[in-house]
Amino acid sequence: MSATTTNVPVAAPAPARRVGPVALGLRQGRLEVTQFLRSRESVVFTMLFPVIMIFIFASIFNYDLDGGVKFTQYFVTGMIATGLMTVGFQSLAIQIPMERDRGVLKRLRGTPMPKWVYFAGKVIMVIVIGVAETVLLLAVAAIFFGLELPSTAGHWLTFGWVSALGITACTLCGIAFSSLARTARSGSALATPVALVLQFISGVFIAFTQLPTWMQQVAALFPLKWMCQGLRSVFLPASFGAQEPGGSFELGRVALVLAAWCVLGLLLCLGTFRWTTKRDG
Amino acid sequence: MENQLAISVRGLRKAYGDNVAVGGLDLEVARGEVFALLGPNGAGKTTTVEILEGFRQRDAGEVSVLGVDPARPSQAWRNRVGIVLQGTGEFDDLTVAEVVHHFAGFYAAPEDPDKVIARVGLTEKARARTHSLSGGQKRRLDVALGIVGQPELLFLDEPTTGFDPEARREFWDLIRDLAAAGTTIVLTTHYLDEAEALADRVGVITGGRLVEVSTPDRLGDRHEALATVSWRTPEGAVERWESATPTALVAELAARYGGEVPGLTVTRPTLEDVYLRMIGQR
Repeated sequence: MSATTTNVPVAAPAPARRVGPVALGLRQGRLEVTQFLRSRESVVFTMLFPVIMIFIFASIFNYDLDGGVKFTQYFVTGMIATGLMTVGFQSLAIQIPMERDRGVLKRLRGTPMPKWVYFAGKVIMVIVIGVAETVLLLAVAAIFFGLELPSTAGHWLTFGWVSALGITACTLCGIAFSSLARTARSGSALATPVALVLQFISGVFIAFTQLPTWMQQVAALFPLKWMCQGLRSVFLPASFGAQEPGGSFELGRVALVLAAWCVLGLLLCLGTFRWTTKRDG
Repeated sequence: MENQLAISVRGLRKAYGDNVAVGGLDLEVARGEVFALLGPNGAGKTTTVEILEGFRQRDAGEVSVLGVDPARPSQAWRNRVGIVLQGTGEFDDLTVAEVVHHFAGFYAAPEDPDKVIARVGLTEKARARTHSLSGGQKRRLDVALGIVGQPELLFLDEPTTGFDPEARREFWDLIRDLAAAGTTIVLTTHYLDEAEALADRVGVITGGRLVEVSTPDRLGDRHEALATVSWRTPEGAVERWESATPTALVAELAARYGGEVPGLTVTRPTLEDVYLRMIGQR
């Protein structure tokens, strides 16, 4: 070899990854969203269910609450919270066991994909679908049932953080819950009753104050009740706060409980997530 | 020598409770080699392969795959290893092209995904949703995902299950191409003709141990086995003789019958015969 060849670059031992980490996460997210939108069941049950419910409930309970506030103002809060829980908790608690059962997760583990990319994809999907669903819900309620949207920046801010914390807690719990299901089918069987019970005891369908005290206390252990309560502070007049069990909307406690569920959910995710089925060893 | 080995296994053990799946297995696979693992269901094939792939933890033994312990699989190592698992994966409502393009993005130096789709014969199905594929087509998609990263070492766990004969031949050509390009290939299969057609060496696993490793034509001393000569007697019965010198026997028969010997066949044990005898010994 002559000295003139020393400038020839030696093949790099580890060639640069063609796709950078941010792009890797984003393309995983795009794939998840595509997959979601192409699945008719997902679109109908996750995105349209809250819209259908608001049509039914707002049509049946077409009366005003105290002070001329429309019932829609109350009911929309439960539906937004339910929608966020459905896309964060239920859809992941159902979808991930299916992917595990079909070997999708195992196939991904066999590639150089960093583990976090899979979760990033799910989180992006949940955020995109959650936002789209909430916007759709607000639009339908405002157009057809005279919903009054929040009027102050402070209310929008509260709307933002309650939704963000709530959907984060639900997403983490959904991922953690997915490890309970042993088969593709049991995901739905396990998650649906949990979600349904929470909806009934958390003031989604029935005004929270009309529930027995013990039921309120049980509901207060779970995030949905606090999501609904935080959202009521956005969509109902401040005077309604006095009717809450705590005598006010307790936004500080809403933030605390939801944040606690985020931490708990994250710990459960990290501790329990399985890429393979039990029979895979 | 170590550098020439793609896989080196010493005293591998794995038990599930009281059930010993792999009980002291030794194995060496050279770089660039096509190695076929044969063995009945439950013999420990898949457990062994999944330990090598970094999916399962072993109880004991030394394992090195491309110079790395697969018990702690790194991203860099995954980048060099292609895996086609047993059974097919489904990707819901995504198309073949979408899935292959997506997986290509995980690797440092992927092959052109469209070329990979063509190599496995799925070009016409590139825009089809994966759930609409037939069993054999899904399997081809699995193979595409295994090779899209241009791996140095490719694991194929029963890759041609569900293939029709033509697709199997096409798959064999693909494996030969990959092997010719220097890819090390470890294959498990139930099809002995497949092992014979593709493998440089075959290993037979039974009861969690590798009982023999050999080239396909020498397995179980097959090349030294007696030939079986059979023919029909004038009474219509089939006569069957085992002989170390079948040519002489045939010549003698030809003389006896004055030309054509009715129903004459001369066979040596197939790989399947040898294999069945070996696993029957256990």
